[in-house]
Formats: sequence, C-alpha cells, structure tokens
Amino acid sequence: MQEIEISQLRALTDLIKQRHDYDFGNYAMSSFRRRVQRIMELYKFASFDALMEKLRGSDAKYFQEFLSEITVNVTEMFRDPTFWVELRDTILPALLSDNKIISIWHAGCSSGEEVYSMAILLKEMNALDKVRIVATDIDNAILAKARDGVYSAKNMEVNQKNYERMQGLYSLDAYYKEQAGKAYLDKTLVKDVSYREHNLVSEVSFAKFDLILCRNVMIYFNQTLQNQVLKVFHESLYKNSFLAIGSKESLIWCEIANKFLVVNNEEKVYKKVKD
Amino acid sequence: MHNRFQLDDHYRAIVIGGSAGSFQVISKILSALPTDFELPIAMCLHRLRHVRNGFVEALNIKSTITIKEPYDKEPIRKGNIYLAPANYHLGVEIGNSFALTTEELLNNSRPAIDILLASAAQVYGKRLVGILLSGANKDGALGMKRIKDRGGLTVIQDPKECLIDTMPTSAQKITTIDHSLDVQSIIDLLLELNYKVKNAKDI
Ligand SMILES: C[S@@+](CC[C@H](N)C(=O)[O-])C[C@H]1O[C@@H](n2cnc3c(N)ncnc32)[C@H](O)[C@@H]1O
Repeated sequence: MQEIEISQLRALTDLIKQRHDYDFGNYAMSSFRRRVQRIMELYKFASFDALMEKLRGSDAKYFQEFLSEITVNVTEMFRDPTFWVELRDTILPALLSDNKIISIWHAGCSSGEEVYSMAILLKEMNALDKVRIVATDIDNAILAKARDGVYSAKNMEVNQKNYERMQGLYSLDAYYKEQAGKAYLDKTLVKDVSYREHNLVSEVSFAKFDLILCRNVMIYFNQTLQNQVLKVFHESLYKNSFLAIGSKESLIWCEIANKFLVVNNEEKVYKKVKD
Repeated sequence: MHNRFQLDDHYRAIVIGGSAGSFQVISKILSALPTDFELPIAMCLHRLRHVRNGFVEALNIKSTITIKEPYDKEPIRKGNIYLAPANYHLGVEIGNSFALTTEELLNNSRPAIDILLASAAQVYGKRLVGILLSGANKDGALGMKRIKDRGGLTVIQDPKECLIDTMPTSAQKITTIDHSLDVQSIIDLLLELNYKVKNAKDI
C-alpha cells in the first residue's frame, strides 16, 4: 500500500477536529501515520479519500470505532515489574506514612490492567482502603473494558510472570477466575475506583493527586503536546507528590522539567518540587 | 582507497536491522568503527521482550562507541549509536528525534525492523542508508523497500554468508538492493561512507 503523506495526515486531523471535536494535530507523526494506515486496512478503505469521506459524515458510532483504533491500547499488568517494586517499597510507604487518604490518578488507563495492578499491590500492603483511585482514558470503549475486568486468559501468562518478578505475595490467580479462555478479575478490588472519560489534549486539571501514573501515553504525543499535558499534571499534583511515566520516557526535553526532581531515574518516578 | 562503492556524500543517518544470526555480525561491525564515526546509527535487533537489561551491555563489550537505548523524543545526534529497547517499537519522528511506542507486535516482533526503517525513510529520504543482516523472518523487507522508494541506499548481508538468510532474501524479493556484501565489506562501506561525509563537510 502507498504510504500516507504528511499533508494528508494534516487534512485528516483538521477534519476530525472540525467534525468530531478531537484534536490529533500534535500526536507523534510516525505512529499516527501507522494507525491511520492500519485503520485503512482494517476497514478495507479503497483509498485515503474514502476514509476522509467516512469521517466527513457525522456517524458517531463509526467515529467511536475510529477513536478506539487510532489509539494504542496495548498494556500489561505489572508492566515493568521493577517499577511496581519501587512503588511498593518506596513511593507508596512514603505517601501512606501520614495516615491520610491518598489519591491516585491513572491517566490513560487503557483496559485497566494497570489499575488492577495498583489495587492488588495496595491490597497486599493492607492499604486498599486508604486510597482513592481515579482512572481515565480518552476512549470510552476501552474504559468499558476496564470496568468489566475481563481479559483474555492467554494474556495472563505475561501478567503472571510480571507479578512473580515483582515478588507479589501470592500467585496472581488468587485474584481472578478463568473460564472459557477468559480471565475474570476480582471486581471487589476496584469497586471504589472511579473510571471516567477524560481527554488529556483538551481538558484541564479536575482534582489534586498524591500520585499520577501516565505511562506509555505521552509517547504518542509530540514534544509540544507533551509540554502541554505535563502542565496539566503539574497542576494536578500537590507539592512533593509524585509523577510516574513510562520507563522509556523522560522529562529531560520538557519545559517543565525544572519543577520536578528525579526520584528514581531507572523507573522514571518524579516528584513535584516547585509550584 | 575510499571509492570502492562510489558513495555519495549526502547521507545523514544509518539504520540497521538484524535477527537470528546477526549478533556476531553486528558485534564485528561495531568493533571496527572509528570512535569518531560521524553518522548516527539506529539499530533494531530482535530481542527478548521481557528482558530489559543485558543486551546493550553485551553489545557494548565490543563496540568502540558506547551504544545507548534512546528515550522517547530523544534528539538524534551525530556520532551516536542507538539500539531499540526491549518491548518498544523504535521509530524516527519529524524534527529528528526518536519515538518509542507500544503498538501491537509487527512480524511477531517488538521492536520491529520495518517500523524503524520505514519511519527513518520518511524523515531522511535519500539521505538514509539501510542495512539488513541475517535473520529468520521477513521483518525489515518492507522497510528496505520504503528506503529504496525514497531514494536511500540499501545494503544487505550477503545471503551466502548469513547464518539464516530469510531476512535479506525477503528484501531482495521486493525491492532493489544496492549492495549485497560480506561483513568485512559492510565495514569497508561504512568506513568509506564516513570518509565521504566528513570530507564533504570540510569543503
Ligand atoms: C499504551 S496505553 C497505556 C496503558 C498503560 N498506562 C500502560 O502503561 O500499560 C495508552 C492509552 O492512552 C490513551 N490515550 C491516548 N490519547 C489520549 C488522550 N488524549 N487522553 C487520554 N488518554 C489517551 C489510549 O486510549 C490508551 O488507552
């Protein structure tokens, strides 16, 4: 297939902005191009113009599907086990030492594996009831999946390995039931989690948190958008509270870097030190 | 001496892909580069998805230049050698920086060679050199085609010399390969490239 040109991508993001009020103009070009190409193959669009035509219409149902495909939802439980060790052994104990209720925001939670990981970790620390969790994503369909907590059983293999690597107390299957190729997570773990639709590109800060996890989300943004979103996170954090990003992300090239201190460079945990 | 391959002096970056049977090859190449090698090199080598550490260290034992796994949006700088990290796709982004992603596996791989090569071709066009080494699947073939389509230079390890030749021969099947070379000749080509690029700058 012919590769899509930058000018076409610009026309596409302009159209989506006009017709559907979502702004992908500052997404990273290289991966955005691949997503568009993938959608064209998936829905068998004969040409780029055919895709444009489809999006020009006001088919909201189709746009929801488009939104689900243009975003990348790949995730794991306990992704980067050493990161979860750092949370369990250092970050969370520090936050919990005051004996107050702490609040955590999972920004870009995808299908919820990260939220379940957090709930399990907290439960094993006997702290699940001391925490308020908000989990957000741009994609309503993936949030529905997160609420369901039903995953493909074959993914549980990787999840189980990660759990073992971070030295969880039990075996991961203590937290789910397997039936007909599906893993049903124990929903009581997340009964107090608030799942909400939230677009990091267009929305502002809505609450203050002690810990924000935004892992493997900003990698899909260009530097301009990363800077903008980091402002939202900065505003949404109490002073001396924490921001965790993906292990291959860095704040070095971000405008706001000087307001954060590196707590753990390997696991990419930062502390907000300046207002 | 530096004219065996009749290379142009306009190249700005090199991308290398390799899989099964390529580790020794890449080690040998990296051990032969001068420490002031000018062009940035980005490598995508198939590797275990859930082992984050160890691979770059193993390559660094032999390499004359310290190889690093780039962060997302890290600027691409000359004189540096980069390796795609475990479990992330590595791409080149407009503005001359890297972009990492967690997209689905491609050709059963993450990192996938096609993603690095095709995205680099988009950004560098004819100023890119692509090198594809030994490997057991077809990852990288389409990427080589993208490089050729945009006017870049395509080089494969001579299939006769490859431990497993599926990767370079897959590329041969779908695009024009400018040079099919044994490892020593790939090294010679890189040295000639370095010489040309450096001298072009001095004029
Ligand atoms: C690769 S997943 C990351 C999941 C998890 N945090 C992890 O590290 O495994 C990226 C998620 O970011 C979401 N996302 C993309 N753009 C977003 C935006 N503008 N606002 C909020 N979420 C967004 C996607 O829908 C997707 O679920």
